[in-house]
Amino acid sequence: MPEMKHESSAATTTTMQGFEPKIVAFFCNWCTYLAADLAGTSRIKYAPNILDIRLMCSGRVDPQFVLDAFARGADGVLIGGCHPGDCHYQEGNYKALRRVHMLRHVLRAMGIEDERFRLEWISASEAERLKTVVNDMVEKVRALGPLRLTVKAEHVPEEVAA
Amino acid sequence: MTEPAAVPKTVKPKVAFYWCASCGGCEETVLDLDERVLDVVAAVDIVFWPVALDFKRRDVEALPDGSILAAFVNGAVRTSEQQEMACLLRKKAKVLVALGSCAQLGGIPGLANLSSRQGVLESIYCESPSAVNPEKIFPQNLCKENGFSVSLPELFETVRSLDQVVDVDYYLPGCPPTPKILWEAVHVLLSGTLPPKGTVLAPDRALCHECPREGTRPEKLTLKEFKRPQDVVIDEQTCLLAQGVVCLGPATRSGCEALCPQGNMPCTGCFGPTSRVRDYGAKALSSIASIIDSNDEVEIEKIVQTVPDPVGTFYRYSLPTSLLRRRREV
Repeated sequence: MPEMKHESSAATTTTMQGFEPKIVAFFCNWCTYLAADLAGTSRIKYAPNILDIRLMCSGRVDPQFVLDAFARGADGVLIGGCHPGDCHYQEGNYKALRRVHMLRHVLRAMGIEDERFRLEWISASEAERLKTVVNDMVEKVRALGPLRLTVKAEHVPEEVAA
Repeated sequence: MTEPAAVPKTVKPKVAFYWCASCGGCEETVLDLDERVLDVVAAVDIVFWPVALDFKRRDVEALPDGSILAAFVNGAVRTSEQQEMACLLRKKAKVLVALGSCAQLGGIPGLANLSSRQGVLESIYCESPSAVNPEKIFPQNLCKENGFSVSLPELFETVRSLDQVVDVDYYLPGCPPTPKILWEAVHVLLSGTLPPKGTVLAPDRALCHECPREGTRPEKLTLKEFKRPQDVVIDEQTCLLAQGVVCLGPATRSGCEALCPQGNMPCTGCFGPTSRVRDYGAKALSSIASIIDSNDEVEIEKIVQTVPDPVGTFYRYSLPTSLLRRRREV
């Protein structure tokens, strides 16, 4: 992975007024990303606060990606995958579901609210649902305010492979 | 007995040992070299080792910069004194080695990052069952009494690993590192051919590879419940994960020769991650959560709750070097 830097979410906006949440979204190639595509071609309007990253499967979302997003200044992280039973790789979305449940406990212990981390099943045809989910999450994170991690870490060295 | 590489008798290389926030277990590792410690003493001059020898800080300060071949520092950094000593030894040593989990990853003292400094002080000086402190007296950095002033090091808000404070050349993992990997590291350092800076001086693959139970690990491992070691009778031959015990071997670096599984206890991850992993706890969590045998949200949550303390379980030795580093103050 590239160099890790913690950035404050001050880059977003420091004041609560006019605060625009930054939300990193991991969308699976077969369902949620297509829903986002459909939302685009259908000219559906939704909050512009998400930075979407296409992965082949929600099961590819390593918990490290989620923590890295928060560490680098995301105010929220959204994972979008296929509905249960619909995974292109049979059970990638179930693996995502199990990891999300475990990771949520860690995030709570680290002082990160539940509303900042969300897993949603959105199929390729559910552009409207994508809009509802994104708008809802943006509003909830906006109400919470910037994430503001306590320690803004300096550069953390990468380990040299033996 | 293997001889450390030959060095001219007249100028023996200088070596220093120091401890920061640690329990002393890493010092035990040095003593656990047994009679080999005499070979080390024959090959090098130990110029500083507070746990065993009466050299003072001023003796180190008097040495020319870079005159120590290697300084082995164990323990996390959580006070101003430890920071000063880390900086001093960095200046005086050519090679700085982080010895043990605390220096490498933050270690068990790093779990204090789940609390604030004030929270730590209140827990120790007020809330602990043995504390009697109605006036709520806390340690001060400076105290004046009868014209004398007494100072104490400052306790930092956040616990850090050694490389979050100074530049570190090599890492020796483990809580504590085994005498075997320390002995090998001493050999490497005295040989003169040094590995690339930043190397962790232990094998770069998962512990399962050197676990004697590996053959009993089922092809597809799934679990309906996680059990704590005190709640089950553990079979001495079978893969611990297959028995439902949270064993972090799949996510942990090898090198300890599977000491804990051989002692019928699960791996808790003290050797930290392999080189491809940035955040140990996240990877350990990922590998354990994936084997939950359910696709139902409610049941998954029930199974997840059988791991009573996820941060303490997955980040037991590495919270300060995790991506989040400490609990956020809300």
